[in-house]
Amino acid sequence: METAFYDFLYLVSIVLFIVGLKRLSSPDTARNGNLIAATGMGLAIIISLIYPMNSGSNNYGWVAGGMVVGSAIGYTAARRVKMTAMPEMVSLFNGLGGACAMMISLVEFYNYPANMSLLNGAIFTTLFALFIGSISFTGSLVAYGKLEGFLRDSLVLPAPKIVNVVLLLAILILGGYILSLPDLDFTLVLVFLMLSLFYGITFVTPIGGGDMPVVISLLNSFTGIGAALAGLIYGNQVMLVGGILVGASGTILTILMCQAMNRSLFNVIVGGFSSQGGAGGDGREEIVREATPSDLAIELKYANKVMVVPGYGLAVAQAQHVVHELESMLEEEGVNFMYAIHPVAGRMPGHMNVLLAEADVDYPKLLELENANKEMPSTDVVLVIGANDVVNPAAKEDTSSPIYGMPILDVELAKNVVVLKRSMSTGYAGIQNPLFFGEKTRMLFGDAKASLNKLKEEVDQA
Amino acid sequence: MEELISFISDNLLMIYILVFAIFLGMEVISKVPTVLHTPLMSGANAISGVVVIGAVLLIRQASADDYLVLTLGFLGIALAMINVVGGYAVTDRMLDMFKKKKKS
Repeated sequence: METAFYDFLYLVSIVLFIVGLKRLSSPDTARNGNLIAATGMGLAIIISLIYPMNSGSNNYGWVAGGMVVGSAIGYTAARRVKMTAMPEMVSLFNGLGGACAMMISLVEFYNYPANMSLLNGAIFTTLFALFIGSISFTGSLVAYGKLEGFLRDSLVLPAPKIVNVVLLLAILILGGYILSLPDLDFTLVLVFLMLSLFYGITFVTPIGGGDMPVVISLLNSFTGIGAALAGLIYGNQVMLVGGILVGASGTILTILMCQAMNRSLFNVIVGGFSSQGGAGGDGREEIVREATPSDLAIELKYANKVMVVPGYGLAVAQAQHVVHELESMLEEEGVNFMYAIHPVAGRMPGHMNVLLAEADVDYPKLLELENANKEMPSTDVVLVIGANDVVNPAAKEDTSSPIYGMPILDVELAKNVVVLKRSMSTGYAGIQNPLFFGEKTRMLFGDAKASLNKLKEEVDQA
Repeated sequence: MEELISFISDNLLMIYILVFAIFLGMEVISKVPTVLHTPLMSGANAISGVVVIGAVLLIRQASADDYLVLTLGFLGIALAMINVVGGYAVTDRMLDMFKKKKKS
């Protein structure tokens, strides 16, 4: 009966998870929520270490070794990662969690006693956990590779849709066959594992561009489900509830992100930006106008209202600090300086807010899409820094465009638009932007940080 | 079929918990501002590292000379701990930036 005491403590950590997650969804309490969830995790791990066992020899040395190695790697990675590289880090961490679920289910199969009927819920659950864990593992690795840049978005397997359907069918049939056998065939389980791992790759590879965050969120909820299934195998409530909380909240988050881009989840999975990218707008021979830093400096200094549209280009150039300095300089001149934040600016929803917060930008200066658009007509100069797709009017006008229907920032309503950009290359979605050829638009080519520094000097002298 | 039914009846309580947890999870974050999507994703990700408990139980149940299971379990614990510790640390770093700055 002493297990009841430990089971009760497990309940405490479940409550901590729920409270933590709840607090994570509101800006004022988020940090505290994260700490509460972490406490719940710590408690759950401690209980699992002291939970009374009927058999086995505890092997605490191995447990401690794994904990120390994993914690050290995780902590170091988390400390060192740059804020701009956050999405790929989250994806990588997630993949490792999936790998753990996969490994547990594999060992379960390995330990499975011979001559037992296979057609039962336990084997089904283990097989399902193996499947979900594997997809989450390789899928997250592919997502990591794409965001990190060593896997190109253009890398597409031949006929991805057909390959995916065939693979999925093969996995289902093989799974059914394994369940129907009189005896467990471990070799077949290994084949099942290989197919699932490969499916994770083919599932994520065709998806790219702005859809990446959605995929990461989806894989995140997969890992949660994997953890929950593993919990079902062990009859462990913390794993079950913790995993399902992540699975369910991850699914909601995925849907919310899709809504922010006005796309359905189905649309994201079967037909990514990248597969149709480059369709509209090519072959244009329109002329773009260039801006000079000195002219622009004067314009900014005497403007009433300036709005910055930050994008991933700003983040990679680490230019958020320089923008903030420019902001302070212009504010002293009496300029009303604001930031227009598109929901999917950066590489993940909310990513841009994190980056600007890092540079000490005041929170009230960050306008969300709708409010920003209301301010546009009365704005004198809009500075688009390293953003492409979130200001692309094709989303409103061109029904053939892959981003058609996505809400965008209406920068063309402002009196002047200046786009800071390295070159005329296309953005993440791989499509040309008619805005660049607009009447009110001028381009300032170069690295965002260098351009902004020059601009700052000119403002100082003007 | 009989086995499936007996599995359901054996685990009925777990299945109840499962269903309630799904609704709870959806309810808990049904209204979250865009600003918090990334930290929330990362924080939830850390919670999914709860799978480490499975790896711990697995190793503890193994006999001391079952090196294959011990090695796989060790790997499982290490991987999941990277997810847990890294996930919470990264989320904390992100959220640290949201705290209100004092004007100096």
